[in-house]
Amino acid sequence: MLAWLTDPFQNGFTQRALLEVLVLALACGPLGVWILLYRQSYAAESISHGMLPGLVLAALAGVPLVVGAGGGVLFAAAAIALAGRDERLGGDSGVAVAVSALFGLGALLALSPEAPPRLQELLFGDLLGTSLGDIAAAAVLAVVVAGALAFAHRRLAASAFDRSAARSLGAEPARWELVLLVLLAVATTAAAPALGSLLLVALIVAPGAAALRLAGRLPAALAAAAGIAALAGVAGLVLSYHLGIAAGASVALCAAALAGAAQLRHA
Amino acid sequence: MSLVRTHDLAGGYTPGRDAIEGVSFALEAGEMAGILGPNGGGKTTLFRALLGELPQRRGTVELAGSPAYVPQTDHARLDFPVSALDVALMGAYRRTPFYRRLGRGERATAEAALERVGLADRARVRFGTLSGGQRQRVLIARALVQDARVLLLDEPLSGVDAPSAVRIESVLAELRGEGRALLVATHDVEQARRFERVLCLHRRQIAFGAPAEVLTAPVLQETYGDELVVLEGGRAAVNVGHHHH
Repeated sequence: MLAWLTDPFQNGFTQRALLEVLVLALACGPLGVWILLYRQSYAAESISHGMLPGLVLAALAGVPLVVGAGGGVLFAAAAIALAGRDERLGGDSGVAVAVSALFGLGALLALSPEAPPRLQELLFGDLLGTSLGDIAAAAVLAVVVAGALAFAHRRLAASAFDRSAARSLGAEPARWELVLLVLLAVATTAAAPALGSLLLVALIVAPGAAALRLAGRLPAALAAAAGIAALAGVAGLVLSYHLGIAAGASVALCAAALAGAAQLRHA
Repeated sequence: MSLVRTHDLAGGYTPGRDAIEGVSFALEAGEMAGILGPNGGGKTTLFRALLGELPQRRGTVELAGSPAYVPQTDHARLDFPVSALDVALMGAYRRTPFYRRLGRGERATAEAALERVGLADRARVRFGTLSGGQRQRVLIARALVQDARVLLLDEPLSGVDAPSAVRIESVLAELRGEGRALLVATHDVEQARRFERVLCLHRRQIAFGAPAEVLTAPVLQETYGDELVVLEGGRAAVNVGHHHH
């Protein structure tokens, strides 16, 4: 049994993949709890899908994907914010139109004759192709996210729990909502090379959903979410090795399965 | 000494459309004022103006420190993973620097506040599983931890059970005795008669003063319009069947 668990990590590339998902779990798990408490799951999905043009342009230019992810996230966030405010479209409809347009633009660029054949990698990531440089970049961004969440913990809690009284408790809800979206953008940038535009949101939202089902108090939920994200990462890599399936998709499915199991256990 | 003083306060949520206007009143230490008005009459807007949250605000507001705000209990998230003690501890957030952990002192203060509202034995219980009256008392405990000189309470007795109502009224009386100023939004005209001051509001200030002077039939009629129901014996009641927030 132990060998079944350790065999997948005999190679350097799976060891790097393991390190990458553990680093990402540190930031994505707790961030997911806040994203759910602020009811921003749709924003998480929108930003990760809308950054595809940035990833494609980075691939075309031959620069690191994390750079393209950062630019794509900024552009997507601006487009989503503008479209969401357009009263003719209406909030969610505007965001849906903007995300679809960005995703279509990304696919168009990726399928052009000049583009290298990497669309699959951009959509689903390349977890097993993680380099030490990728891990270092993800670690820096993950520490930024985890540190900021710890710094802002009380303000985030006051704003999410009781928006009407938050200011009298010293928290400005609009400011902390914005901070949370910025941290979401940073985490999305960190996770994009490994999990791609389509799968990374699973590592943010699913562990948070599971943790909020299982934990009765916020600190426990935040810690549990990091643990569940790490568990999804390890389980995903082990299953990927033994079943011969894509690593990123396996991690995303494990995260979703853990979220589903948590709902059943508490029902 | 006035702990709250406004002069010609006006404002609203969009430019050019005032939700309240002409609000001028003062509240001394140890005074409790009832704010009466119909739904949409501006009670919550007045609180938001006093909290500095109103997007458009004119006139002057003078407050003795930051006020504590006790919203209606249905404004708080019931699915949020916090215990009653966690919520009470939120009252210490403003004065605690972000880099410092909440220590034993804050915890003892929060536990004492829960004790004061009769919920010491419910401190570890998840907030969302408490009854409406208990949740209201937890929010009052949070305001106690804030230790503000001015408290704004939005319909604190609305929909609470009888034991909670008794305890809340007792705590409010104690707070008055401690020299704090309390503004209480209410629909209960009879409750307002027991306060030192009453402010009648219907998008503008209709009247402010002692209950005996303010709670007259013409003032109540002007404040509530069609929502006012006159009971046998001339007592006034307010129809709040269509209450929305």
